[in-house]
Amino acid sequence: MRRSSLSVAVIMALVASVLLSACTRPEPTQSNDAPLNIGVTTRPDGLDPITVAGAGTPFVLLYNIYETLVKVDSDANIKPLLATEWDVSDDNLVYTFSLEEGAKFASGAPLNAEAVVASFERARSESATAQIRDKWGPVDTIEADGEHTVVITLNRPSHAWLYDLSGPMGIIADPAGFADINTTPVGSGPYVFEEWDEGSYIQLKANRAYWGTPGRFTDVFFRYYSDPNAMNAAMLSGQLDIISNLTVPQSIEQFQDESRYTIHEGTTTGEVVLGYNHSSEKLQDVKVRQAISHAIDRQALVNAVWAGKGPLIGTHVPPTDPWYEDLSEHYSFDPDKARELLKEAGHESGLTLDLRVPVLPYAPPSARFISEQLKDVGITANVEELEWGRWLEQVYGNHDYDMTIVAHVEPRDMTAYAFEGNYWAYDNPAYNALLEEADIAATEEEQIATLKEAGRMLADDAAGNWLFLLPSIIITTPDISGVQVNQISLSFDLTMLARG
Amino acid sequence: MVLRRVLVRAAWLLASLLLASFLIFAVANALPGDMAQILLGTNAAPGEAEALRERLGLNRPFLVRYLEWLGGVLQLDFGNSYIGNRPIGPLIAARLEVTLSLTILGMLLAVLVALPIGAYAAARRRHLDGAAVSALSQVGLAIPAFWAGIWLVIIFAVQLRWLPASGYVSYWDSIGQWLLHLILPVISLALVQGSVISRYVRSSVIEVMQEDYFRTARAVGWSKTRALVRHGLRNIAISLLTVIGLQLATLLVGAIIIEQVFALNGLGSTLLRAVSGRDLGVVQAIVLLLVWSVLIINFLVDVAYQIIDPRLRRAAEAR
Repeated sequence: MRRSSLSVAVIMALVASVLLSACTRPEPTQSNDAPLNIGVTTRPDGLDPITVAGAGTPFVLLYNIYETLVKVDSDANIKPLLATEWDVSDDNLVYTFSLEEGAKFASGAPLNAEAVVASFERARSESATAQIRDKWGPVDTIEADGEHTVVITLNRPSHAWLYDLSGPMGIIADPAGFADINTTPVGSGPYVFEEWDEGSYIQLKANRAYWGTPGRFTDVFFRYYSDPNAMNAAMLSGQLDIISNLTVPQSIEQFQDESRYTIHEGTTTGEVVLGYNHSSEKLQDVKVRQAISHAIDRQALVNAVWAGKGPLIGTHVPPTDPWYEDLSEHYSFDPDKARELLKEAGHESGLTLDLRVPVLPYAPPSARFISEQLKDVGITANVEELEWGRWLEQVYGNHDYDMTIVAHVEPRDMTAYAFEGNYWAYDNPAYNALLEEADIAATEEEQIATLKEAGRMLADDAAGNWLFLLPSIIITTPDISGVQVNQISLSFDLTMLARG
Repeated sequence: MVLRRVLVRAAWLLASLLLASFLIFAVANALPGDMAQILLGTNAAPGEAEALRERLGLNRPFLVRYLEWLGGVLQLDFGNSYIGNRPIGPLIAARLEVTLSLTILGMLLAVLVALPIGAYAAARRRHLDGAAVSALSQVGLAIPAFWAGIWLVIIFAVQLRWLPASGYVSYWDSIGQWLLHLILPVISLALVQGSVISRYVRSSVIEVMQEDYFRTARAVGWSKTRALVRHGLRNIAISLLTVIGLQLATLLVGAIIIEQVFALNGLGSTLLRAVSGRDLGVVQAIVLLLVWSVLIINFLVDVAYQIIDPRLRRAAEAR
């Protein structure tokens, strides 16, 4: 009998402790002392944005832990951050940055010219990712001139370079901490790194010694979820204060109660592209590509697969870029026109194409929708869903596909079509020349005009089919203020966030 | 004699452990998708993947890499993860707590619930309530654990807001919070397991009740319960142990999915992430850990038989 009374005791104890802890669970106090819990789906592979690829790293670290010399505001203007001002020589080749004199690292070390030079030299060294090294391409020398001045000399003028300096390539880290930078980042931002429980959360704390306005929250947790439904449930049960991006827009209905949630809808820089393999014989004819553009009703697609969220775009430029033009009607939905173009291209008897997509939330549903619509104009699209690793190998690496769908989330990434060996095998010398011309243009107006032209060129050539722009859907509790509605950088910027 | 049998079993165990390690390494390395490419993602420059493969030592012969890995494993050194470049041993140790809490509590709850329910269903099998209990366990058997989990979250976390919907708090930080966060995942796991086990309990109790010694006990005036507890438990224990041993593998698989539903950062979620990121070192280490524990548990169950059941012991000694 002893045995069964023991099990009864165990059950009683379990029940009691549960009830007890449920009762004593403190009601969240509505102040900034209570931790801020942010739900995130993209995990970082490491904490060093220079050597680790992937969007998960800068999302947490950029502007929160690490700062840059310049920062881009919501109107796409380049503004001072760690640099109070900068001087550009008449030939646009020499940049002289004056540093904020009060700035220091969380370690207490001064943020001086020497630290800037060391950080930049590291970012363009062999250890950096190819993408970041590539962005440092226009730079010749980086020199300290005294304690608070940095002089950077370019080998050719570049607008893109100064802009990119506001991103991961331009972070200033404490040189004393370079050795452990992938696990314990030390920067100068309004928050300091506290703990990384890999796969589970990253904890930041307010930097009490910050040179500017310190972070409003004592503790911030970025909490990671593999399953978007689990993240939604955590928000609905009150465990989260913010969903940093709703990955399943259909679930927006769960957050309609305005007394409990605020929905912030904006745009991102993530273009969802139906990409063509330009080395595939069937797709080399521009008429075929244009026919596909006419054959797909993109608004119906967004309605069907992304709950109608996400604006239509007509080229690889989001509305937040200065050279944005509304080209969304460049190819109207017109199946007759599509059939006609296919006939002219010699495909009246039909055409069969592979559509190989990665298993990401937006891709397979879009692929099935597109396959249905293409059937109507006589194109058979064989949809194949590939797990991310296989997609990277087969489609991205080996170019073994006709069509694919993937979102390009990097800001200002029109350059992707000019990279040698890009996975679309797109090679258009006229386009490359335009990009180059824009980058070295004497004035910003000239740069903008030239990039507009480049955007139109991509559209005319039907280099890809820009299905829609991923929306930014941020859910917060109603007391959170300072949310950036448009996601225009790679950072989830905490600097303006506060309660009340 | 028992010792000899145990030793033979131990030799078999060693052989299977070794074979398992080879198979795991081979399968992990045969996964389609190139790790270097996945690490670099969509920002890779041409040639960069090849250089990374070289740096990670992925270009060396298969057998060399296997032996090196096995040598490390035997010294409890699993190498470093490719993603994040951290030692895998401590990384897994930290995740083990989550999965162990989940599976041990899940099994405990399943057994605690299944024993009385199974016995009740057996004792009252000719009555309506007994049949109903038995039918209910059939239903429980058919419910997928993740589905139960989703419903539990909707009811107790989202609607009633009594319990957290996800996450994990370490036992060492706060026992109360630890339990609180584990209630829903443990119940979802135990639901299926409990149903399975209760059906085994039911049939073995029925068996016991048909035995002569049980009837004798009843005849001398013992109550049904007393006769069952005094004479039946040992007999039930054997079949229970078998089921628990067998179900442990299912439970571990179930835990992998449940960890996703409740955003618990255990071995399961780590494994899934490692597979999609082709972090082969982590994949191999976790799968090895899971497979080896199942093999070792089955071995222990075998040994436990010898101790619990004197008939098995005597049969072995007579040989």
